[in-house]
Amino acid sequence: MTGAPVDYMTRTRRYYEAQGFAKAYVWAHFRDVPFTPLAKPLADATLALVTTSALYDRAATDPRYVASAAMAPPPSRLYANDLAWDRNATHMEDRGSYFPVEPLAALVAQGRLGALAERFHCVPTEYSQRRTLEGDAPEILRRCRDDGADIALLVPL
Amino acid sequence: MCHQTVSLIARHLEANGIATVILGSALDVVEHCGVPRFAFVDFPLGNPCGKPYARAMQRAIVTAAVDLFENTLAPRTTLRLPHRWSDDESWRDAYLAVRDEDLAVLRRKGEERRALRKALREAGRVRQE
Repeated sequence: MTGAPVDYMTRTRRYYEAQGFAKAYVWAHFRDVPFTPLAKPLADATLALVTTSALYDRAATDPRYVASAAMAPPPSRLYANDLAWDRNATHMEDRGSYFPVEPLAALVAQGRLGALAERFHCVPTEYSQRRTLEGDAPEILRRCRDDGADIALLVPL
Repeated sequence: MCHQTVSLIARHLEANGIATVILGSALDVVEHCGVPRFAFVDFPLGNPCGKPYARAMQRAIVTAAVDLFENTLAPRTTLRLPHRWSDDESWRDAYLAVRDEDLAVLRRKGEERRALRKALREAGRVRQE
């Protein structure tokens, strides 16, 4: 039997309560959802890849900023030691398990997808929704436009 | 927190003409935020593209996520992918579990964390806007 999906918001709230944080985190919630239909066939579209992993082994206390690097050749590895993922159940040793450059390149080679944008983008994980919305989101948009991306695949850890 | 961050980014890209798909494993966080297209892989956090070294599974998951660009007609579309992590489902309850025997350690970790944040703030080691 398969269990129900993990309720991460409740789990996180209880964990931080146990650590003595008095105020519960308020997760982002919106009534309306913006929607852009696909403007051209996938076979003609250029895709940008966005990850929450990092280009270097950040310390948890390092200030974080948007970073970008070339898709080809792809980085031999990326880093996530400062992020929350399930260290008991799995590991991050296989880049393909969280950064899908090879399957995407295969879709381009098959003609299913038009092209990959020249760069991928690393977005910093922030408790501050304002920092993401006012700083990082416009920066990611600008970089996607600079690279001629029509669509974006976002892969969080 | 990674899932909330990319949800906010996806919303901003969509509002500015770039169609998005999120490929992730925290269903509640993404759906609570509200995004246009979400491919949900019911795995432990960290491997949303498939199990480590499982290349065929990774190709299948990423292809299904990319197909969502074409197959989605309205926002808040979630595709639940059928892949299973393992027969052992214990990872679901284990993640961030708060057990009675851990309470003292967790409380101490919290105190250390608050002290560190205070020190970083006082030292000006915070992100520049």
